[in-house]
Amino acid sequence: MMKSMTKKQKNLLLRIVAAAVLMVVFSLLPLEKYPVLRFVLFLVPYFTVGHDILRKAIKGIRNRQVFDENFLMAAATVGAMALGEYTEGVAVMLFYQIGELFQSYAVGKSRKNISELMDIRPDYANLETEDGVEEADPDDVEVGSIILIKPGERVPIDGVIVEGTSSIDTAALTGESLPRDVAAGEEILSGSINLSGLLRVQTTKEFEESTASRILDLVENAGTRKAKSEQFISKFARWYTPAVCYSALALAVLGPLVNMIFLHVPSSWDLWSDWIYRALTFLVISCPCAIVVSIPLTFFGGIGGAGSKGILIKGSNFMETLANVRTVVFDKTGTLTKGNFAVTKICPAVHDGQDGIADGAADRLLEYAALAESYSSHPISRSLKEAWQESLQKSGQKTANAQSPDLFAVRVGDTEEISGKGVITEVDGRRIGAGNLQLMQDLGVTITAENDHSDVEIGTIVHVCAGNEYLGHIVIADEIKPNAAEAIRDLRGSGVTKTVMLTGDAEAIASRVAKKLGIDEYHAGLLPGDKVTRLEQLLDETGSFAENAGSSKNVSSGKTASTGKNAATGKNVGSSKKGTLAFVGDGINDAPVLSRADIGIAMGALGSDAAIEAADVVLMDDDPMKIARAIRLARKCIRIVNENIWFAIGVKLACLLLGALGIANMWLAIFADVGVMVLCVLNAIRALV
Amino acid sequence: MKKTYKIEVDCANCANKMEEATKKTPGVKDAVVNFMALKMKVEFEDGADVDSVMQKVIENCKVVEDDCQIFLK
Repeated sequence: MMKSMTKKQKNLLLRIVAAAVLMVVFSLLPLEKYPVLRFVLFLVPYFTVGHDILRKAIKGIRNRQVFDENFLMAAATVGAMALGEYTEGVAVMLFYQIGELFQSYAVGKSRKNISELMDIRPDYANLETEDGVEEADPDDVEVGSIILIKPGERVPIDGVIVEGTSSIDTAALTGESLPRDVAAGEEILSGSINLSGLLRVQTTKEFEESTASRILDLVENAGTRKAKSEQFISKFARWYTPAVCYSALALAVLGPLVNMIFLHVPSSWDLWSDWIYRALTFLVISCPCAIVVSIPLTFFGGIGGAGSKGILIKGSNFMETLANVRTVVFDKTGTLTKGNFAVTKICPAVHDGQDGIADGAADRLLEYAALAESYSSHPISRSLKEAWQESLQKSGQKTANAQSPDLFAVRVGDTEEISGKGVITEVDGRRIGAGNLQLMQDLGVTITAENDHSDVEIGTIVHVCAGNEYLGHIVIADEIKPNAAEAIRDLRGSGVTKTVMLTGDAEAIASRVAKKLGIDEYHAGLLPGDKVTRLEQLLDETGSFAENAGSSKNVSSGKTASTGKNAATGKNVGSSKKGTLAFVGDGINDAPVLSRADIGIAMGALGSDAAIEAADVVLMDDDPMKIARAIRLARKCIRIVNENIWFAIGVKLACLLLGALGIANMWLAIFADVGVMVLCVLNAIRALV
Repeated sequence: MKKTYKIEVDCANCANKMEEATKKTPGVKDAVVNFMALKMKVEFEDGADVDSVMQKVIENCKVVEDDCQIFLK
C-alpha cells in the first residue's frame, strides 16, 4: 500500500501516526496536576497533524470563505481545546485527516485502475520511410502511410492490412477475449494488440481520429456530463454546510438562553460550555466531503468498468437514464440480425410427395441458381454464389474452379435480367429461370401447393426452373444473430417490460422475426423517416416526454446541450414513472432515431463516426447481449449512488440530532463522519468491478 | 469556444467550488469540473479573451480553494 502512495499521502500518513502515538502517550501520563504543561504537550500532536488545516483555515478567513471545511474543522478543534477537551481536539483533527488520506488514496487508486483498464493509448508507430523503418510519434503519422506492427505491439492507428496475417486481441476495444484472425485487405482498429505475425498496415485515419483516441476521449469526457444525483449532491453540499454552521451558532447561543429563561437554570460556565460543546459537535459533522466524493467516484468507476467491457457510456446522466429503461426499441437489421444475406434454406421441388434430396437435387438446385445469378453483384446473387462455393468446398472440389469466371462463361450462355422478377439464362444449354413467383408464372411453370412455402418462410425466395420443370426454391434471409433471442430474454430479466422492433422490411418477415425472438411489438415497412415518427409515438406511449410529442423537425439538435429548451426533449427523464425508452441501432441510417430516443444505443459502431456522435451509449461490438449487460451495470451504479446518498445523509442527520440533544459527543461525531466516508467510498468502488 | 484544462485539486467538494467560481467569472459562459478525470471544461462567451479570462478564473478559484491548480499548458 505504501508503494502506491504519493509523496503527499506518505507525508500525511507519517504525521497521522506520529500524532496518534503522541496523543496516546500524553493521555496516559499523569498530567492532571500540571494543566499548562498538559495543554502545551497536547499542542504538539495537534499541530503535527493539523497544521495545514489551520493554515488553510486562516487563508480561508482572509478570502472570506467561512464555510470552508478547513475552517469548520479548525473551529471545532480549537473550540474543543479551549474547553479543555484536549484529547478530543486532537482526535477530531486526527480522524479528519485519516478520512482525507483514505479518500485521496481511494480516488487515486481508482483513477489508476481506470487508466489501466483503458490502457489502449499507443506510444509509437513503426513508420516505413524511404530510409527504412523508424519509430514515430503516432501523432505525426499521415493518412495513407505504411506502418509495421510487430507481434506483441499495439495497433497505433486505424488502417487496412496490406501484407501479412496474424491474430489480434481486441479485448481492450470490445471486451471480446477470443483473438480474431486477420489477413491482408482487412481493416484493423487501433487499440487492439497484434499477437502473432508481422503486419504491414496502410493507415486510413489520423491518430486523433483513430478508434483508440476516440474511445479514450469519450471515457475521459464522460464525467463532464453530470448526473442528476451529482447535481443534487453538489447543491445539497452548498446549503448543508452553512445550514449546519448557523444551527451550531444558534445552538451555542440559544441553548443556554432557553434554559435560563424557560427552565430557570442559573447561568453558569458549565451550562455554556455544555452547549458550546454540542455546537462544536455540529461543526465536526458539517463537512460534506464524504458524500460529495462518493458520487463522482461511483460514476467514474461505473463508466470506466463498463468501458473495459466494451460498453461506452458517454456521461453520468446517461447512466441514470439507462438504469431506468423499461422499453427497448430495436432496429432489426444489423442489431437483431447480422445484416448480411445468406442462404438459409434449400428446398428442392417435391413431386408427388417424393422429395429429391437423395439424388443431389439440392446441390443441383443451388448450382443452377448460382450460375444463373453469376453475372449479378446483387447481395442475393452474391449469397447464392457463396453458398454454392461452400457446398463445393464441402464436397471436396476445388473452389478455384468455381470462382473462375471462365467456367461461368463456358457453362452460362445468354443472360437476361428482368427487373423486379429475376433472371433467365442458359446453363449447359438448358434454359434456366431464377426469380420470384411472377417470373415462374411468366415462364409458364406451375408451382404445386406442396411446393409453395411462401407463407412460412422468412426472407427472400428464389424459385428456380429448368425448361418447364420446377426445380425448387432457395430461401435467402438476413440471419438472426444466434444469441438475439437470449438477449431479449435477458432484457426481460433485467427489468425491461416492453420490446419493440422497427424495420424497413416487409410485414411477413418482420412478424416472423419478432415471433421467433419473442418481441412484443413490431412495425414493418418503415422508411428511415418513419422510424423517427414511430419512435416518437412510442415515446409518447411510455410517457417519457409527452409535452414534446410530434415535433419531429427538431430531431438531431436535442443532444449536446443540457440546458434550456433541449432539456425538455426527453433526455434525462430518469424520474419518469413509466421509465425511459432506449433505441438500439447499428448506426447506419438511424442516427436521427438514436438521438431522438431517451437513450440511443449504437451497436458495433466503432467504425461509424456518425453513430458514435449520435449515440449516448456505444457498444463496441455487435453482441446484443451487451444491451442487458449495460442496463444492469447502470442499475448497479445508480443503486450504489442512491445507497450512498441516503446512508450518508441519514447518518449525518442522526448525528446532528443526537449531538443537539447532547447524547453524541465529539468522538461519535468524528467516527460517524469518517466512518460514513470510508463506507461510502468502499461502496462506490464496487461500481468498478 | 470551449477549452479543456488539466487541474489539480484534492477533494471533490473543492472541485465543485472551483466549478462555481469559474462559472461566475465574467467571460465564462459555462464550466464543468470533472473531479475524477481532473479536468476542467470551460466554455467562453463570444469574443472573450481566453488568456485574461483564464487568469481571472485562476484567481477566483484560488479564493475558494487555495490548494488548487489549473494548468494553462
